[in-house]
Amino acid sequence: MLPHTGLETRDLACERGGKTLFEGLNLSVSPGQSLHLQGDNGSGKTSLLRLLCGLAVPLVGQVLWAGQPTTQAREDFLRDMLYLGHALALKEGLSALENLQFAAALSGQPWVPDAAVQALHQMGLRGREHLPLQILSQGQKRRVALARLGLSPARLWLLDEPFVALDSAACGVLQGLMQTHVARGGMVVFTSHQAVNLASGDNRSHRLGRA
Amino acid sequence: MSALWSLLRRDLLLALRRPSEVLTVVFFFVVVAALFPLAVGPERATLRMLAPGVLWVGALLASLLALNRLFEADHHDGTLEQMLLSGTPLTLLVVAKIAAHWVLCGLPLVLLAPLLGVLFDLSGDALGVLALSLLIGTPVLSCIGAIGAALTLGLRGGGVLLALLVLPLFVPVLVFGAGAVEALAAGLGSGAHLSILMALLLLSGLFSPWACAQALRIALE
Repeated sequence: MLPHTGLETRDLACERGGKTLFEGLNLSVSPGQSLHLQGDNGSGKTSLLRLLCGLAVPLVGQVLWAGQPTTQAREDFLRDMLYLGHALALKEGLSALENLQFAAALSGQPWVPDAAVQALHQMGLRGREHLPLQILSQGQKRRVALARLGLSPARLWLLDEPFVALDSAACGVLQGLMQTHVARGGMVVFTSHQAVNLASGDNRSHRLGRA
Repeated sequence: MSALWSLLRRDLLLALRRPSEVLTVVFFFVVVAALFPLAVGPERATLRMLAPGVLWVGALLASLLALNRLFEADHHDGTLEQMLLSGTPLTLLVVAKIAAHWVLCGLPLVLLAPLLGVLFDLSGDALGVLALSLLIGTPVLSCIGAIGAALTLGLRGGGVLLALLVLPLFVPVLVFGAGAVEALAAGLGSGAHLSILMALLLLSGLFSPWACAQALRIALE
């Protein structure tokens, strides 16, 4: 058998507040696949994403990246992974471009201003590149955070509720981004309450919690 | 390395755009130092005797003011998560955070102290030693304080707990910092005190970023 080149979980279990959210979870995402995590409020979607990216340590089980536990091959994994959580990691006092520049520096990417402007335009933020974030709306802030997707070389995207607060146009753009990423051999794991139709590619979904 | 610089640059830029926090620290220090001579009276010998203690206590409390905000904003808006997930070790990123905090809340105190020392009729030599002791001592306060800030991150009423945690650890810095100026006035020379301060700086500078990183990891889990 060829070694797995994507993300796998083995017997993953998660407990929160003394209650087991899930256990024995075996998921697998290979290049060119997307995984839509579904579940009711409190079913552990966000907890699972935090386990996958390594922000939380699993109670039982392992997360594997390219066949290696992410705790061991952590640097390789972090270079290949982009996590966007509920909190957008944006600074109100900085402009959209400055925020992207900082995000790029933090993840060790080269800074190409033209590409960043392009990414912001793609997210429908033309003319707002230099405005401080505090005067943008909630949805526009989320668009700024999502512009990172277009700039990052990461192969694996872990997106926590990326469609929240977006209007239908922006949802369309985001779906397009996810589709292209998957079509290029990337991987996307995301949570969302709404139905997401990625037209092409190998799209799976997994429902957490007891149905 | 570039991550470190941009984190430092970002913190300075944010403070520049919203300077109220830094100004509060500086204002507090200036007010404490300026009110003391008024309250104590114009007796020069008394003022000279009080000066090192008052200025050092003022600087210590002023630097405590901004401490609980050190990691709070980054924790709140999710930047801390991204810092943890960036390829750069968290320990190094914490160094940048502490450095930014010192430049914003420590360095102004060092620069202002000689000016305020004049209010207490300190001699030129004493002013120099005062500034030097603060220059070595305030980074220690930032380093130790950062551990407290990281440990109390996300707690309600964390500010009080933070003060309780770090004040005992601030005491040696205060004793040797103020002691340096007093020793000079007593004709003993300030070298020994400054050396001990330097040792404290090396120790806390080495230990603090690592401890902060561990505490932040726990806070985020």
